[in-house]
Amino acid sequence: MTQQRRSTTKMVPVPSHSIVPERDVDKMPVLEARHLGIDFGGLKAVEDFNLTIGKTEIAGLIGPNGAGKTTVFNLLTKVYQPTSGTVLVNGKDTAGMNTVQANKLGVARTFQNIRLFGNMSVEDNVRIGLHNQVPYGMFSGIFRLPRYWKQEKQQHRRALELLSIFDMQDMASAKAGSLPYGAQRRLEIVRALATNPSLLLLDEPAAGMNPHETEELMDSIIKIRDQFQIAVMLIEHDMRLVMGICEGICVLNYGRIIAKGTAEEIQNDPTVIEAYLGRRKEDVQ
Amino acid sequence: MKLKKSTINNLISYGIVIAAFIICQSMVSAGIMSRSLRGQLVPICVYIVMAVSLNLTVGISGELSLGHAGFMSVGAFSGIVAVAWLESLIPADAQTTSLLANDTVRLLLGMVVGGVFAGIAGVIVGVPVLRLRGDYLAIVTLAFGEIIRNVINCLYVSVDSGRVYIALDNLDMLGEIVVNGPAGTRGVSRISTFAVGFALVLFTLFVVLNLINSRSGRAIMACRDSRIAAESVGINVTKYRMMAFVTSAVLAGMAGTLFGLNLSSSVTASKFDFNTSILVLVFVVLGGIGNIWGSIIAAALLTVLPELLREFNDYRMLVYAIVLILVMLMTNTPAARAFFARILPRRRGNDGKGGEAA
Amino acid sequence: MTLFLERIISGINLGSIYAIIALGYTMVYGIARMLNFAHGDVIMIGAYICFVAIGSLSLPPLVGVLLAVAVCTILGVVIERLAYRPLRQSASLAVLITAIGVSYLLQNLAQLIWTADTKSFPPLVQTVIEQAAVTLGLATPEEIAASPNFGSIVISANLRISGTTIVTILANILIMIGLTLFTGHTKTGKAMRAVSEDRGAAELMGISVNRTIALTFAIGSALAAIAGVLLCSTYQALQPTTGSMPGIKAFTAAVFGGIGSIPGAMIGGILLGIIEILGNGYVSTQLGDAFVFAVLIVVLLVKPTGLLGKKVSEKV
Repeated sequence: MTQQRRSTTKMVPVPSHSIVPERDVDKMPVLEARHLGIDFGGLKAVEDFNLTIGKTEIAGLIGPNGAGKTTVFNLLTKVYQPTSGTVLVNGKDTAGMNTVQANKLGVARTFQNIRLFGNMSVEDNVRIGLHNQVPYGMFSGIFRLPRYWKQEKQQHRRALELLSIFDMQDMASAKAGSLPYGAQRRLEIVRALATNPSLLLLDEPAAGMNPHETEELMDSIIKIRDQFQIAVMLIEHDMRLVMGICEGICVLNYGRIIAKGTAEEIQNDPTVIEAYLGRRKEDVQ
Repeated sequence: MKLKKSTINNLISYGIVIAAFIICQSMVSAGIMSRSLRGQLVPICVYIVMAVSLNLTVGISGELSLGHAGFMSVGAFSGIVAVAWLESLIPADAQTTSLLANDTVRLLLGMVVGGVFAGIAGVIVGVPVLRLRGDYLAIVTLAFGEIIRNVINCLYVSVDSGRVYIALDNLDMLGEIVVNGPAGTRGVSRISTFAVGFALVLFTLFVVLNLINSRSGRAIMACRDSRIAAESVGINVTKYRMMAFVTSAVLAGMAGTLFGLNLSSSVTASKFDFNTSILVLVFVVLGGIGNIWGSIIAAALLTVLPELLREFNDYRMLVYAIVLILVMLMTNTPAARAFFARILPRRRGNDGKGGEAA
Repeated sequence: MTLFLERIISGINLGSIYAIIALGYTMVYGIARMLNFAHGDVIMIGAYICFVAIGSLSLPPLVGVLLAVAVCTILGVVIERLAYRPLRQSASLAVLITAIGVSYLLQNLAQLIWTADTKSFPPLVQTVIEQAAVTLGLATPEEIAASPNFGSIVISANLRISGTTIVTILANILIMIGLTLFTGHTKTGKAMRAVSEDRGAAELMGISVNRTIALTFAIGSALAAIAGVLLCSTYQALQPTTGSMPGIKAFTAAVFGGIGSIPGAMIGGILLGIIEILGNGYVSTQLGDAFVFAVLIVVLLVKPTGLLGKKVSEKV
């Protein structure tokens, strides 16, 4: 089944030394990172990071712990400002932007350590994700102008629609913090999707999920990609998930990209094997 | 269906407040309310508004503001000056008691001015303060409260045939001096009424409850729960923290005007010191942080109780101090929480939407 | 010029007291990560204990000071144990509100015990200097009685530095050197630094976090007692609210110098004392406090880490 998921994609090289799915090659890439780097007081956490992601690609970012994967996400979402290089989202330079502007440009994310609005209901969490899709202001809200009623209703409908991706519409009024772990991870994805992104960054979406849940998650990610026609980039340690659904995979070690390619290429790349397993004794000698 | 539930809760809140007003008003008319209690009716309204508005900052927006009395002070002084200035346009009533008497009109306009000025102060204070977080934010709001008090102590304002003069000393001032530096206000008539106070309470409830249950309110609470997550979904955190802070300041300013125009003695800046801010904080903490309804009850009870129990007055602040500590220890330690979870019925999940007092 | 120098000197005097208080704030904030709002009121309690000891109990001044130090040390530890330790894992909002509660509790207890009336505090430090001079045979009681400003350094006819000021500044310098040596060179001091760096890791290394924090409160409160005595000896007035404003200003000084930094507390304290006295003297006595708080706001906005502080960033 995993084989079927990715066998349909043919990856083709693009000028920026990356590969994108053949179907996206003529379209504007959703993300182009060029020579991206950041150092924290002399420590180069990420260095010379180059990557192009196609418009509807599912991309994977893997690497050992501490390789700088989450830092890459923080750079792409402008939580950190890069010390070198550029990030283009849908062709627009994000230099000088903050997280809010990056989100409005189309980058949405989930967090490795879940950051839901725990005291609020599941639906309210999604409604907060829909914040910029329902533009009525404070005044309309306080004085309950017609705009308020109309847009609240739309928002409610849209929230339930989004929750139904993961069959969570029945939990809409539950408190987000009280959901089981896996459901909280799924809710974070829904909340990120609600912002109407063109690139969805998932930070260890399968962490803490059992194999069955992970299997479902893989289907859902593909469904989201197909339904919304967006790109997904994910950090994950579960190789079954990465090799199962990611079309282009990028391997990071000590802040540098050590390999890029399809699942087969990555699986057979000696530098990747070395980074994960260490050098074999006889190789050292 | 959620929307409906919160709307119903709000309607119940308004209903109870209106019922309380009618009961108090008929007790006054029937002459069965004691004189001292009658004197507390306006202060009760003032402190309810103060507590609810502070709860918007502390409970809904999640920022501990220790300078709330500063905004009350700005509202009181600007409102009083406005009322004195308006006297040339709308003369004082001779002896009418109708609801829309000239005095009431001037009071309402004064409250609007007080709210606007407090709101401006809120913006001025908020711009630097809201860049900070946690303890630093709290201590800087305290600092601003003190600065506002110090500055008002240095101001002299006079009104002369429709003109307002502001100076840093009271030499050569034209016309009638309204604010006389550290000595406070002069010649202000007492025009606040319980009816207007009640209207302000209702207005405050309307604004705060509707704000909480709207897009902006959810954004404010999102910033409180996780700034990073809120930013990641495109919410401008500064904007919404500012919205809560300034709304809270405006309401405190209106309460300040009502308070200032209810005193028979002169209003001095020292009436709005750090102790007043803490008093309001006690109401909020006792009523349950984030619980609007709790703030109303706590403010009303703690304003009336010292009047009823005269001997309690000496120990008032001592008891409040103990209340602050105990409430925090009881609601924030795991052992105590488990204990309350066992003895109390389950609390409703969402902050600021009713439920039991904490 | 003389007036200016006079103000600078009294600014350094006041600033030295702020610095000693600020040390307590900065250590507690650095190690327990909480703003101990009640710290200023511990100062007031220390001053009252000393006042009672040398007044109604007629104890010698130095014994009074030691008693104040002892009582405040215990008080600090008890407050930490009862009010703050249960909230170690709670949000900073809850801890700060509790600390405000403790502050008001101390103020109101003091008011019940000693009433709200302003007590006239004796010029204790001056008395100690005079007694010491007599004991050491440097002067006779008659000579002291003849010179009202015994022990002061005369710079010019109109300008002198009083004995109290000298002792206050010396106390500040000694305390700072002592604390720097303590945190830098003793095992306990290193444990304190470890807890302030990373509480979890320190715990794993076998350091008792609870004991370290309790010790921090003990040291901070002992210093508060000394600051209380020095403050009241300088201004010779004592009431239940005596400690609250200096407390908040000392926190400002700690932030100014960089929270967690011992030399920072000293520099911040002295600068703040000078700013306050100059602001009071040259601009308006109504606005002296406003200047101090304006400094706090400007520092937090321009350089939130203070003059000598380190940057701490949030992990995403």
